Amino acid sequence: MRILESGIGELIQPPDLDAFREWNRERKSRAMVDKLMTEEEAIERFVTDGCYLGTELYGTVRAPMSLVRELIRQGKKDLRLVGQGVLETDLLLGAGVVSEMDLTYIGLELYGTSQVFRRAAESGRLKRIVEWSNGALTWRFKAAAMGVPFLPVRVMLGSDTFKYSAAKVAECPFTGQKVCLVPALILDVTLIHVHRADRYGNAQIDGISGFAHEIARASKRLIISAEEIIDTEEIRRYPERTIIPYFLVDAVVHAPFGSHPGEMAYMYARDEEQLREWVEASKTEEGTQAYLDKYIYGVANHQEYLELIGEERLEALKAAMEGR
Amino acid sequence: MGEQTYNLTELLICVAARQIPDNVTVFVGTGIPMLAASLAQKMHAPNLMPIFEFGGVGARLEIPPRAVGGSRTFYKAIGAYGICEVLETACRGFVDYGFIGGAQIDPYGNVNSTIIGPQYYPPKIRLPGSGGGNDVGSLVWRTIILMRHEKRRFVPKVDFVTTPGYIDGPGAREAAGLPRGSGPYRVVSTLALLDFDEETKRMRLLATHPGVTVDQVIENTGFELIIPDEVGVNEPPTEEELRILREEVDPERFYI
Repeated sequence: MRILESGIGELIQPPDLDAFREWNRERKSRAMVDKLMTEEEAIERFVTDGCYLGTELYGTVRAPMSLVRELIRQGKKDLRLVGQGVLETDLLLGAGVVSEMDLTYIGLELYGTSQVFRRAAESGRLKRIVEWSNGALTWRFKAAAMGVPFLPVRVMLGSDTFKYSAAKVAECPFTGQKVCLVPALILDVTLIHVHRADRYGNAQIDGISGFAHEIARASKRLIISAEEIIDTEEIRRYPERTIIPYFLVDAVVHAPFGSHPGEMAYMYARDEEQLREWVEASKTEEGTQAYLDKYIYGVANHQEYLELIGEERLEALKAAMEGR
Repeated sequence: MGEQTYNLTELLICVAARQIPDNVTVFVGTGIPMLAASLAQKMHAPNLMPIFEFGGVGARLEIPPRAVGGSRTFYKAIGAYGICEVLETACRGFVDYGFIGGAQIDPYGNVNSTIIGPQYYPPKIRLPGSGGGNDVGSLVWRTIILMRHEKRRFVPKVDFVTTPGYIDGPGAREAAGLPRGSGPYRVVSTLALLDFDEETKRMRLLATHPGVTVDQVIENTGFELIIPDEVGVNEPPTEEELRILREEVDPERFYI
């Protein structure tokens, strides 16, 4: 295949497909073992300094916030991050624990630009950014999930997004057309928050699934947090709902309101008040630090965080979701 | 300008909504595109099929979502999928329209939402990045671009092509490998409605907003626009449009 152009971005997590297969053979148990543990234990066991991390769904929806807060609390650092983010990416950048990024979008949607991202990029504190589109990143996960080294796609062509990516443009050997080749992305660790799972890791998601399906299959370690822990008999009653089977999963964390201040489809609305508090706080370094002190370093765990937010407010978020 | 009973956001929503016919599929993001799609659905396009990038297909846009993956993006929808499924739907040519926005645009409709300044890294000003912008602008048949109309935003050359328009002229998209027949369709700016000349693929003024002169548009554009002999004037929002917009589309007044 003739390569016509190469993006100048660094491939910060080169895929090794056979190593991934071997990992999945040797390190991922086929036995139905109890993986239920706390956020503290899951992060401590599976997230290491310098690892390549992904979070799903990104945004303020079904975001693995309790896991991200615990990761920051434990002082994990030098993370390489794949980012399409609103709140969780913002917190990680605000805490200064990210060194490199494969990036598609970091912003606060209707609340505007991410101030912590601006500071991290404009100061050069982030060592490296590599550009992608949402589709390109998702297809990178899909390539890894398929066990192939790359996928040919028809986005990023003719753009600077391509130029500053690590993709390549090639001539298709069948049609002669130009295609953009996006490399498989195999993550070290992925965090996904779901509606419910059993203690072995069989997980269900209600509503849209973002890229849970692809990223779950592209990761060497997978930590699932769930609003509800259910019996395996419940899983077996509707097997078509198991978007993530247990053998992909390394840890299961019970995290009610785990997406707060984000939302959870059919369960609770997002907490605008809390989001606005972050938007205000993140405008300055001091404000960011004060927010992290109050909501992350100042509480011991997710339970204490929820107590700080208060039952009344959480109940109101549930009520706000009724009838969607 | 006479007594105005509407604000600029409302006008943009109405002008954008009128660009979308019935029985089409539309990629919508949060904010103005979502409100425009919702207004179109309640006015002239009841069968408009909104598609949200994280998986919501065919929602009834009764309450505006606040996030591209929010539960309102699949409220009474016909399907709730994932990002691969909806983007691959666009890859196969099933998505007719899509909205994008940006900080800069050039005469060929190339859009920048990544950085401002001459240097990529570290940048003078860092913007969010492509997100789904590049995917939408690459894959849908007709891209509608929403822009604040200022000289520093309508520039001869964007600092960074996040999302390709017609790149540098006729045939350039196809030569780059992008799907044949796709590309920018309209620019809805804060001053006017614009399109792209079929031959040169350069931006052309179609109609000014009420109370805005052609000269004002020219003054606020950093490159030479094609000005046809006859430039129209966009109809101000009708009473019906405003009523639906305020009472049904965004009753919480979160956006307007």
